[in-house]
Amino acid sequence: MSRRDQPVLELGQSSSPGRPRSLQLARRDFLKVLGGGLLVCLTRTSAWTQESGRAFGGHELPKDVSAWLHIAVDGQVKVFTGKVEVGQNIRTSLAQLVAEELKVPFDAITMIMGDTDLTPWDMGTFGSRTTPTMGPQLRIMAAAARETLLDMAAQRWHVDPTTLTAAEGRVIDPQTSRSFTYGGLTRGEKLVKTVSSEESLTPAPEWKIAGTAVPKAEGRDFVTGKHKYPSDITRPEMMFGAVLRPDGFNATLASLDTSAAEKLPGVKVVRDGDFIGLVAPDAFAAQSALAAIQAKWNVPAQPSNQGLFEYLKNNPETGRDDGPQHVSGSVAQAMAGADLKVEEQYTVAYIAHAPLEPRAAVAEWDAGKLTVWTGTQRPFGVRDELAEAFHLSPAQVRVIQPDMGSGYGGKHTGEAAIEAARLAKAAGKPVKVVWTRSEEFTWAYFRPAGLIEITAGARRDGTVVAWQCHNYNSGPAAITTPYNVANQLIQYHAAKSPLRQGSYRGLASTANHFARESHMDGLAHAAGIDPLEFRLKNLADPRLQAVFQAAAAKFGWGRLKSTPERGFGIAGGVDKGGYVATCAEVEIDPDGKRVRIRRIVQAWESGAVVNPDGLRNQLTGAIVQGIGGALFERILFADGRILNPHFAQYRLPRFSDTPQVEVVLLDRKDLPSAGAGETGLVGLAPAVGNAIFAASGIRLRNMPMAPQSGMQGESNTQFRS
Amino acid sequence: MGDFVLNVNGAHVRVNASSEETLLSVLRNRLNLTGTKYGCGEGQCGACTVLLDGRATRSCLVSAESAAHAKIVTIEGLEQDGKLSPVQQAFLDAGAFQCGYCTSGMILSATSLLHERHNPTEEQIVEAMEGNLCRCGTYPRILDAVKRASRSPVQGASR
Ligand code: FES
Ligand code: FES
Repeated sequence: MSRRDQPVLELGQSSSPGRPRSLQLARRDFLKVLGGGLLVCLTRTSAWTQESGRAFGGHELPKDVSAWLHIAVDGQVKVFTGKVEVGQNIRTSLAQLVAEELKVPFDAITMIMGDTDLTPWDMGTFGSRTTPTMGPQLRIMAAAARETLLDMAAQRWHVDPTTLTAAEGRVIDPQTSRSFTYGGLTRGEKLVKTVSSEESLTPAPEWKIAGTAVPKAEGRDFVTGKHKYPSDITRPEMMFGAVLRPDGFNATLASLDTSAAEKLPGVKVVRDGDFIGLVAPDAFAAQSALAAIQAKWNVPAQPSNQGLFEYLKNNPETGRDDGPQHVSGSVAQAMAGADLKVEEQYTVAYIAHAPLEPRAAVAEWDAGKLTVWTGTQRPFGVRDELAEAFHLSPAQVRVIQPDMGSGYGGKHTGEAAIEAARLAKAAGKPVKVVWTRSEEFTWAYFRPAGLIEITAGARRDGTVVAWQCHNYNSGPAAITTPYNVANQLIQYHAAKSPLRQGSYRGLASTANHFARESHMDGLAHAAGIDPLEFRLKNLADPRLQAVFQAAAAKFGWGRLKSTPERGFGIAGGVDKGGYVATCAEVEIDPDGKRVRIRRIVQAWESGAVVNPDGLRNQLTGAIVQGIGGALFERILFADGRILNPHFAQYRLPRFSDTPQVEVVLLDRKDLPSAGAGETGLVGLAPAVGNAIFAASGIRLRNMPMAPQSGMQGESNTQFRS
Repeated sequence: MGDFVLNVNGAHVRVNASSEETLLSVLRNRLNLTGTKYGCGEGQCGACTVLLDGRATRSCLVSAESAAHAKIVTIEGLEQDGKLSPVQQAFLDAGAFQCGYCTSGMILSATSLLHERHNPTEEQIVEAMEGNLCRCGTYPRILDAVKRASRSPVQGASR
């Protein structure tokens, strides 16, 4: 039996041997507060070890890879996970999975999330990993706990545990109708037990709580303003911090005069190497003091949007791994024999995550221990950043992540946390730092810009025979083609990025799907075959075929004929276990300039649906967010400065940009659930581009496809949105 | 620094703040009414929306002192005797949020709209709410919530 099958169940203040001492103590204190009860500890599992290994390059695996749940005497269940809730609804969907396996009402569950002192180590909340990895972990633990409770009751009653059932937080003996509450069972008992639990997981077709549209946990707090986001946290005697920003990237300080700021009441300027910040008794005073600082900077010459894509192609990042090259057959030979050849370049711009809540942190030092409340997708990563910055052991740092005003991949890092901690240390009091919108636009990081070159060949009958794809800088996510092509050469090339870049919802999947699905559309038109038929002809994956067919059926594909004013397009793909197909209807003004997306039908399949309502919400959100990058979002920069760091200049999708959206869910209860936070984004841009082509005959290969005004140094588009 | 009294959610509160300090800053940082959010500080996102004498107003664009004569209602003031306002209830029923950071601003903009117009068309809702950003892209559900609220018998009536 594998280790995965052997969760160890212990009662009370258990600890696993490899657990770092400090964490042990913190947890032990916390568990004392919780009181007695059943505590479930799952030992290292294969899935988790793999995930950790990836993040840590195979070394430095934390020994503490246990997940926990606690059943109190009153039957309330606390579940601990290092994952964080950022609007993707996992606080609700994970609780559903636990409630399902443990057989307790949904309301009995409280999720403790993203607190580095209270929850097991976790790599972070990204990559659509929560549902496929944390979901099963918590289910196994909950099922193990349930089995243990059944055994305990069986012992008390001297019956065979298989004759008992668990439901609604009770163990019931159907023969006699007697029952125990879970809380009543666990009281005062000590128990260590090994349970094989994989086989006792409730199959999706039998789900009663999981698989249903349970409303968002604590939803009421979001309509009453009660929920405390990271930027809402306050501490006694808290001061407000602000940080002086350079005039441009890579700038050096030429002169500094802080005397006027220092004269302001209660203001303290903090200088620490390159870091210049201040604290003040209130937020307004902090911003006023910052404005009173006189600083001059030398900003070196650096690249701009002008010539960006040649720059990315010509400036490889030598130290970085380009990832595997995907090669099969011979592209050169196949191209030589192909009837149809299409060779094109596609580009995507840098875009900003622009979470509505900017970076924020409150830091507090207490007897050498640092506690920071901050908005991040990686509480443990930020804990380690803080430990390193202040030469502390990770155990001396606690990061708490209140459910935040989202991130979309943009809050993996701990800038505000470090700033607040530095200022709090100097002030000797708790300090809050909230980034301004233009700080968030400038000093966070961006979704990478990229150039994608595709050369493809097909036979006259529509069989794609050659596919060559080079992606410069945008990233390797979903770079491989899901279509059957015998001859392939696919390669990602890391480049020196002029701007700081990082993760973004879906990563490069958006760019790679935009390029691939636009190119497939081009091939279909070249072959004179309907784009849907062309795709299905080259596809073997039945799951991808199924979403294409479902989207097309709902959309009315085939009955709809494009005109110069109205175009219909289709695109799809698969990434991170999620299958998506998107149909778009666009309207183009009679002057042939203004594009509006009128209707989107998106079919989705990611295995068994855990919460259909939350899933629809995620998918609709992904579609709407995708509109921005597809049509108008882009970062403009020159001379080390962001030229559009405000919502007035950086356009985001609004109500009037929102089309009619229809989501078709294919619920595959026979398949494991995959994550759905990201891949719902990737079909939109190519579907819209393909619809514009169908109407106008003009192929748009640069995202954004219809910005307000032409982008410096880029092939211009005639379209506006 | 000025000393003035604000009428917030039916209570009179004394405030000591610079005459330039925004209402948003005073609500959040001095009165700890953190349901009103900062999103841009420039009138571009609507996260900071409150009601001034019943009208949706960007609290990041007005000074607190200038609001001293108005009846200010924030998201914390909509609930009455533990009962959600019709708009709040409609948002909850429609599940019209993801991260929820835009939600208070959305609810107050919608409350103001329904106060002025009892049965707005979809176009009128879009026009009135266009200044409110939802980065999570929850617009279709928010539209649904506003429509639900407009059908509610006591819509927008409370304030
Ligand atoms: S914070 Fe006032 S409109 Fe954005
Ligand atoms: S729900 Fe996240 S910004 Fe609207």
